[in-house]
Amino acid sequence: MTSSRRTLALTLVGALTLSALAACSSSDDEAAEGDTAATDEAVTIQVAMDEGLEQGAIDAFNERIEQFESEHENITVEAQEYNWVGTTFTADLAGGTLPDVFTVPFTDGRGLIERQQIADVSEQIAELPYAGDFSETVASAGQDADGKQWLVPIAAYGQGLHYNRALFEEAGLDPDAPPTTWDGIQEAARTISEKTGQAGYAEMTTSNTGGWILTTLVYSLGGRAESVDGETTTATINTPEYTEALEMLRSMRWEDDSMGSNFNHDWGTSHADFAAGKIGMFISGGGDYGNLVTQNAMPEADYGVTVLPLEGSDPAVLGGGTLAAVNAKATPAEQAAAVEWIDFYYMEKLTDEDAAVADAQVTADQGQPVGAPVLPVFDKATYDESQEWIADYVNVPLEQFAPYSDNIYDQPLAAEPPVATQDLYAALDPVVQAVLTDEDADIDQLLSDAETNIQGIIDAS
Amino acid sequence: MTTTVVSQPPDAPPAHAPVSSIMSARRRRRRTPVTWVRGGGLSTLILGLPLLVIFGLFSWFPIVRATVMSVQTTNLVTAPVYVGLDNFTAVLADPLLGTAVTNTLYFALLALVFGYPAPLVVAVLMSEVRRGKGVFSALAYLPVVVPPVVAVLLWKVFYDASPDGVFNTIVGWVGLGPFPWLQDPSWAMPSLVLEATWAAAGGTIIIYLAALTGVAPELYDAAEVDGAGVWRKVWHVTLPQLRGILFITLILQVIGTAQVFLEPYLFTNGGPANSTTTIMLMIYNYAFQFGDYGKATALSLMLAAVLAVLSTVYFKATSSWSK
Repeated sequence: MTSSRRTLALTLVGALTLSALAACSSSDDEAAEGDTAATDEAVTIQVAMDEGLEQGAIDAFNERIEQFESEHENITVEAQEYNWVGTTFTADLAGGTLPDVFTVPFTDGRGLIERQQIADVSEQIAELPYAGDFSETVASAGQDADGKQWLVPIAAYGQGLHYNRALFEEAGLDPDAPPTTWDGIQEAARTISEKTGQAGYAEMTTSNTGGWILTTLVYSLGGRAESVDGETTTATINTPEYTEALEMLRSMRWEDDSMGSNFNHDWGTSHADFAAGKIGMFISGGGDYGNLVTQNAMPEADYGVTVLPLEGSDPAVLGGGTLAAVNAKATPAEQAAAVEWIDFYYMEKLTDEDAAVADAQVTADQGQPVGAPVLPVFDKATYDESQEWIADYVNVPLEQFAPYSDNIYDQPLAAEPPVATQDLYAALDPVVQAVLTDEDADIDQLLSDAETNIQGIIDAS
Repeated sequence: MTTTVVSQPPDAPPAHAPVSSIMSARRRRRRTPVTWVRGGGLSTLILGLPLLVIFGLFSWFPIVRATVMSVQTTNLVTAPVYVGLDNFTAVLADPLLGTAVTNTLYFALLALVFGYPAPLVVAVLMSEVRRGKGVFSALAYLPVVVPPVVAVLLWKVFYDASPDGVFNTIVGWVGLGPFPWLQDPSWAMPSLVLEATWAAAGGTIIIYLAALTGVAPELYDAAEVDGAGVWRKVWHVTLPQLRGILFITLILQVIGTAQVFLEPYLFTNGGPANSTTTIMLMIYNYAFQFGDYGKATALSLMLAAVLAVLSTVYFKATSSWSK
């Protein structure tokens, strides 16, 4: 190529690149510019609808949309299939492909707020009639450091110990009397392992779940992962509670050999193996029954769940749940409409009898579980009242939930570590993995290194 | 004798300039937009435009964008903030970086020691087969046809660490195991390399087989006349004849292993205890686990710089062979 042609080509490429940059910039700026739209402006929003629904459920969802649109003539609602998936969520968020209304787990709420990756709709949320009635612990998952509610908590649970009743019986244990102490859990795990050949107890270790479950253990032993004093947050990882939790895991793994042979469990594989009868006990959210029975085909009769033993000084159950968020790229008018939808679709069934019954009926018709115990988003009295509304549609074996539901409401609930939650859990994954895969792992050194690492993450955030 | 002064235009080359320079200068002088169009420049540009647009959008633009993002704090939602080289220093200060680099080099080393010779050995053996060579070629190439993700998930089942896992059952037949495969920091990386070697060997075997057909049979005949056995024929004939292709596959393998991602991501997600966390997995985690695209692109650029050096070596080596 001669120099003049090369120059021409380079000029062309440069212009192309600049125009592409400009095009990209302009699209980025649209949402940022916004306008002071009035709430009665005609607006269209995309809202999350669970992926993979059967036609009946889709029809029911569309019916809800029609109801909403008839009440809000200026708002057009379009359903968009969405489920929160950790491996794709960040890319969807960055790519702007999320619907205007979507849901995230409690663990992600604080991080999204800190990074301002969702819309600040706290003013609209504050105007909802029940805005001041949220359970304090539950609400905190969707609040910023100043207490402004950016996300709406729509469901809550406390961590629980799920156990396989069939394996309990096979091992000669009473499935109606699950262990109530950590020593009891260790003993039961050993028995199940010896008598059935399956993992007596399994622990999630990857994709941040290792840190999540380890911290759950630590909370139940009276520890915490972070200490907040004003604007100063300190990592409290190298503590007796973390050491005790890891020593317990090490004992189960290397002395009892009661944890099976897979130490690479994430949320999905742990649930799949538990449902398949390969795991006797494991810790996860107390509201996982639906996933286990419907998506992992666990026999209903095999399922059992109980509360975590609380020991030590100031122990607590780590809470979790689901938050509804509004896309940061939505215009002010779309944001206002999005909050209206959240109020209508997610919250009305918690506060209004007709909406609760209609939702339970559709859910039951689809063969989905209705009535599995969860934690109240507001207060226990409101929750109990809503359970009474839907009593006719409850289709889960409530007696198998009794060890959990009889105790969970009396246990103190604690929110997740407030700063850099997911980063903290991620930094603890290798610690759990090391203890479970290296018999000579130095727990003190691991915790010391992790604390230094996490403190750096906290300071940076 | 009189001297004739010949007037020259100011931009004319001196009279003593070489002929080629004079011709070149005339060509430059005559070029105008009209001559450029008549010379086919416009049609060339029009024909090349789709290529330029596609390359610009999907290849060059991401590179430019990544370079810009590497000096920004950005999550692609809020407005980016220029931070200079902070992302680079933060990545270099990340305690995990040393582990990731070491693991990547370890993977490359294992792949080099075990994965690199294996296809050559298989290819040489297959070249000696007189009947059914096509069947063996098809069998060797079969793993390449299996989608990589499917292959990894299959092997993940095979690597079940319990005594009744597939591989543990097989090694149990000869009194070995059970082995922890993916469940032990010292076992995990070799297990990944084993699968990666199985998955990639087929393509390399086919390349070697093709190269082996180019080795003159007379060389083997001469070696046999000289009393050479199989090993001496391979050492003194086959390997020298394949020297060029061997070096190319070596460079390509080194570049490929530096970018290893699929196996650690799907098999172990970097575990146990970061024993399989590689540079590419770290980049992925920066971007898609923590949404820190600045750090992700900074580390990507640093990796690209290292690979550029390797590529330069590759180009220099291959260009010298082609002369």
